[in-house]
Amino acid sequence: MSGISKSPWILHYDASSCNGCDIEVLACLTPVFDVERLGVINTGNPKHADIFLVTGAVNEQSRKVIVNLYNQMPEPKVVVAVGICASTGGIFRECYNISGGVDSIIPVDVYVPGCAARPEAIIDGVVQALGVLEKKRAAQIPSNTISATAST
Amino acid sequence: MTACNPMTPLTLLILSLIMVPLATGLGLAFLRIDALRKVVVVGVTLAVCAGTIALVAVSAPLDLGGGMSLNNHWINMAILGAEVTMSLYIIYVGLRAKHAMIVLLTLAQMGLMGWFEFTAGAHVEVTQNLFVDKLSVIMALINGLVGGGICIYALGYMREYHEVAHREVRDRRPLFFALLFVFLGAMFGLIFANNLMWLFLFWEITTLCSFLLIGYTQTDEALRNARRALVMNLAGGLAFAMAIVWCYRQTHGIELQALIGSKQALVLVPAALLCFAGITKSAQLPFSSWLLGAMVAPTPVSALLHSSTMVKAGVYLVLRMAPVITGTKVGTMVALVGGITFLVGSLAAITASEAKRVLAWSTIANLGLIVLCGGIGTYEALWAGVLLIIFHAVAKCLLFLCVGVVDHKMHTRSIEEMSGLIRRLPRVAVMMLIGMAGMFLAPFGMLISKWAVLKAVVDAAPLLSVFIVFGSAATLFFWVKWMGKLVEVTAAGDTDKKEFGLSEGVALYSLGVATFLTCLLFPLISSQFVEPYVMDVYGQTASLSKDNILIMTIMMALVMLFPLSFIGYGRGVKVVDAYLGGANVGGSVRFLGSANAVEEVTMHNYYLRGFFSETWLSRWGGIGGSVFLAIMLLVSYFL
Amino acid sequence: MSIWIRVIIYLVAAPVVGCLLSGWDRRITARMQARQGPPILQPLYDVMKLWGKENLVVRRSQNLYIWFFLVLVIFTGGLFFAGADLLLVIFALTLGAIFFVLGAYKASSPYSFIGAERELIQIMAYEPMVLLTAIGMYIATRSFSVEAIAGHSKLLVLTLPGVFLGFLYTLEIKFRKSPFDLSSSHHAHQELVRGITTEFSGRTLALIEIAHWYETVFLLGWVYLFFASLPMLGVAVSLFVFVFVILVDNVFARLKWQTAVRSAWLVTAVLGFGNILILSLLQNK
Repeated sequence: MSGISKSPWILHYDASSCNGCDIEVLACLTPVFDVERLGVINTGNPKHADIFLVTGAVNEQSRKVIVNLYNQMPEPKVVVAVGICASTGGIFRECYNISGGVDSIIPVDVYVPGCAARPEAIIDGVVQALGVLEKKRAAQIPSNTISATAST
Repeated sequence: MTACNPMTPLTLLILSLIMVPLATGLGLAFLRIDALRKVVVVGVTLAVCAGTIALVAVSAPLDLGGGMSLNNHWINMAILGAEVTMSLYIIYVGLRAKHAMIVLLTLAQMGLMGWFEFTAGAHVEVTQNLFVDKLSVIMALINGLVGGGICIYALGYMREYHEVAHREVRDRRPLFFALLFVFLGAMFGLIFANNLMWLFLFWEITTLCSFLLIGYTQTDEALRNARRALVMNLAGGLAFAMAIVWCYRQTHGIELQALIGSKQALVLVPAALLCFAGITKSAQLPFSSWLLGAMVAPTPVSALLHSSTMVKAGVYLVLRMAPVITGTKVGTMVALVGGITFLVGSLAAITASEAKRVLAWSTIANLGLIVLCGGIGTYEALWAGVLLIIFHAVAKCLLFLCVGVVDHKMHTRSIEEMSGLIRRLPRVAVMMLIGMAGMFLAPFGMLISKWAVLKAVVDAAPLLSVFIVFGSAATLFFWVKWMGKLVEVTAAGDTDKKEFGLSEGVALYSLGVATFLTCLLFPLISSQFVEPYVMDVYGQTASLSKDNILIMTIMMALVMLFPLSFIGYGRGVKVVDAYLGGANVGGSVRFLGSANAVEEVTMHNYYLRGFFSETWLSRWGGIGGSVFLAIMLLVSYFL
Repeated sequence: MSIWIRVIIYLVAAPVVGCLLSGWDRRITARMQARQGPPILQPLYDVMKLWGKENLVVRRSQNLYIWFFLVLVIFTGGLFFAGADLLLVIFALTLGAIFFVLGAYKASSPYSFIGAERELIQIMAYEPMVLLTAIGMYIATRSFSVEAIAGHSKLLVLTLPGVFLGFLYTLEIKFRKSPFDLSSSHHAHQELVRGITTEFSGRTLALIEIAHWYETVFLLGWVYLFFASLPMLGVAVSLFVFVFVILVDNVFARLKWQTAVRSAWLVTAVLGFGNILILSLLQNK
């Protein structure tokens, strides 16, 4: 028992979200849903985080940032795409500045659909991510540094 | 003509320690060949070092300290002549600068001494003109070893100073080294003198050397600061002269040891006056501005005169007075001056961003701590005070020399510019870290001394602890943020191949080793030198219990493990960028700011200037110090 | 009880007690915020998780400082419970704190830098009171040795009420809780990201957590010292103080560092120094 599934620390990043999903993520921390019961802490620091929670689709600015933050997270780590925009690009998929969901630049482990994703769904997604984390830790998957795909 | 006593080896050694540097100094003033000067400086320095070490051995059988007579009419005449010559020169300086205070103070001094010589000169009988005890030996070791190291350092430093860094300053190196050696000799004279007139001469020689050395660069600022130092030290000199006259009036003698041994009520006034002189020389409030101004002088001057030796002469005198003033209101006032100086100095150092200014304030603060010990004057306080002198002299000197090297290499003394020094000049940075650790970190010497001071204070005057606790908190802040600046590495950079020259290297390494050794051998130093001295004076002494020595040794071992842990470090870790909000641009130093502009990370230390104002602190500290000094003098006379 | 037995009990029991206290801290905080809160052993799970994580650094040598921080905090507590000189205990703790700060400086990132500066300011704020506490205890018991102070027959808090209150004030700073959590925050505050601990991860972060456990036990032990002559009361008060610190944490928002220093020094001067002044005047009579 490594404790990793009992102490999931989250890094919450808003790529280009309308903030709808972000508000729902923060709602999970409030007394009504209280994810700290599960040991979840919202750290703002990639080096302390296990779960990378991304909302919103990926555009030019957020591409570099997402890669940067992902590389600064220690293994084992998982990525949870919250909301339909993070999963596939959502209704903005066809826009000129959007390259798609988060999985277009980093590997995503759990998708939480919804617009906005409900707190229950988000918590469910996090719990599933914990399972993935456990598997990764057991398999001792080595880290791979993603380099930012250059596209000016 | 009184017959001289037969010359014992000890007397010979002491005389040569005084005369050899003095003579060398006078000779060096005319030596213009660089290579020859190097040989002479190194040779005489080594001889002086050997001499001081020999002193330890030769004076060992002296349990209670011994004096030498050396009563000779011609010697006294020579001393008088030297005093008059110096005073005339100072008056000339004062007149040329149109500085009324210098002229007036010197005239007052001359007048007083002249009147004294005239009325009582023929009747003064002195049995012991020189005196050696364990405290003298300690001071001599500091003067010889630390001072010698600085002289060697100065060889390389001054060459670089004139040939590279400050080509605009007129090269007067013969005079520079001459003054350094004259000063060394005068310090030895000061340490070993028992005849107050002799002590006074050497005291004034150090004042003169300080004046000439501060004004070495001959810029307007330097000359102004030199004159300020001269005025304040002359004020102290005047007090010294008054002390001699009064002492003779009370006791019909002008011997230091006799004064110390006299009844308190009899000699309180001369003791208070001597404390006044010591306070001016060690730049306590309200006289601190001269030391801050003296930082314009080249680094060897700052290290030698204004941190390790000359200012130590001032606190040395106060510590000598400790048995006389202990338990009296005079002692309380002296302690208050020391206490407020420690507090103000520590707080002011937080706001300084120029390295030498921080070191200057720190020196003033630590001297205040020693003066506090002298004022309290119990055996515990004396023990703590002497330990402080030893540790401070070594560590502060090391720091000044390092700052000098950094100044030459990087043309800056700003602490902010020293960011990442551990990568650019690793050896210097490590030496600096050792010096800083030596200044405040457990279990290094200064911390042991501070612990001793706290113990002394709680036993004798617990209310004075307020100065120490607040001051200690402040010292921690400014030292650690400087240390942090040295170890942080923001920009990529190369290590400089040649960090310092041979002479600087010798001095730095020896002082670094000395800092370590004084810490490691601290129980030995305490039991062999300091405790016997305190025992002499008070019949009882404080010391470290075996348990505490064990604890400190363990802490020392832990701290020493730290550099060892660097062997094989960095295994099993993965290097990534620092967190810059995800906006890193190729590394940890640059990030993408607003409007897509690439910005560089800048990290400036907190100087808390909105919180502590140096001007406000100096002003009110100075007022407090003046009040305490005034009360001290009044109370010594009227009570 | 022999010194070595006490030290070994401390070495083994302190992290356990510290872990439980930390867990209770989060539970009680949650309940005060009308939440459930994590399980009591959550800090243990945190440490276990961190232990298994990859160790990322910005500078290769930064983690060394944290190892020494931990060792010195343990050493401090060991000295304290062995009954050594209280001043040396304080100095050892300060040495450890300095290693922590230097490690953050070494990490060379803006957030850890600010955290380090603020941590230094915090140390500057509480150091006078801590030293005055030791001095107060000396004046009351004529000894700096923890063993002697613990064995003192009178209830120290009766002669040192001001010192005790001042000490409590600075405990809030030492525990790094609101209103003085200036350098790093445990909870969801993100003003400084993680402040002083920003660039530490994995095992090193676990070590910092463990060091905080040891430190908590040591500090509560010091609170106990004020009531040492009535052991049951001492333990009860220590636990009460712990809960009180949590209450204050939840009631107050973070203050600016200027306020922290000013108020801490004011409390030190008035309560701490005032107490000592009165005590020495009474003793001199």
